[in-house]
Amino acid sequence: MTVTQILFGFLSALALIGALLVVISKNAVHSVMWLIVVFFAISGHYIMLNAQFIGIVNLIVYAGAIMVLFLFVIMLMNLNATTEPQKNKWLKMAGVVAGGCLLLVLVAALKNAEVRGNIAQTKDGDIGLIENLGKALFTEFVVPFEISSVLFLSAMVGAAVIGKKGD
Amino acid sequence: MQIEYYIYLSIALFCIGVVGVLTRRNAIIIFMCIELMLNAANLLLVAFSKMHHLANQATNANAGIDGQLFVFFIMVVAAAEVSVGLAIIVMMYRNIHSVDVNFLNRLKH
Repeated sequence: MTVTQILFGFLSALALIGALLVVISKNAVHSVMWLIVVFFAISGHYIMLNAQFIGIVNLIVYAGAIMVLFLFVIMLMNLNATTEPQKNKWLKMAGVVAGGCLLLVLVAALKNAEVRGNIAQTKDGDIGLIENLGKALFTEFVVPFEISSVLFLSAMVGAAVIGKKGD
Repeated sequence: MQIEYYIYLSIALFCIGVVGVLTRRNAIIIFMCIELMLNAANLLLVAFSKMHHLANQATNANAGIDGQLFVFFIMVVAAAEVSVGLAIIVMMYRNIHSVDVNFLNRLKH
């Protein structure tokens, strides 16, 4: 076992356990905390793939900004585990079975796929560095970049209008 | 690292997100499970971009950079979506004092 494999196994186990606990936790605040663990594990994967810019942006945007927003909203609402109504047991089981079937179908579809055995380059390759990504972003992808700024502005205005009191 | 390990990891994360959306009733948790699915897709995009880069780096030094930029744009759209979605959830909580999605199936109160 090389160091890369050990790191991959550790980060994958962390991500999967965190994801399971996000779904299982009764308390919404605990779910947010476990989701932050998942995001850290996924950022570790990005850094292992030498996609440094995406790894840092994932940490700043997801684990930093979005999760704080979730925590604020949960704490504003004063939710507690006892008042959360539980779904019917059979409906829950049906949901788990449906998800399991999706997992089974996707894994089975990959059994003889020709992409198997290809190597994803870890630790080498410099396309994930800020210099190269920035050059591509401001030459080839400059139109979607500007459009996304308009999207952000409209989202900001929309959030302010929706959240306004006394409509 | 072989690409199929990344594919299996992403499939597992995505399916956990699907199960969460199907089994939970709290609107905020459903939102978090959607974020989980988005992240599974992002991880797969980055892994495939590095695979493509390794296969084609001799002919094109920037091969596979598109995948990482797509991930960047997905993050941008996800951030905008979360801000609007949480505003909608807060407004809904203000009106019906609950975040249970089963109360929302009539789209009015």
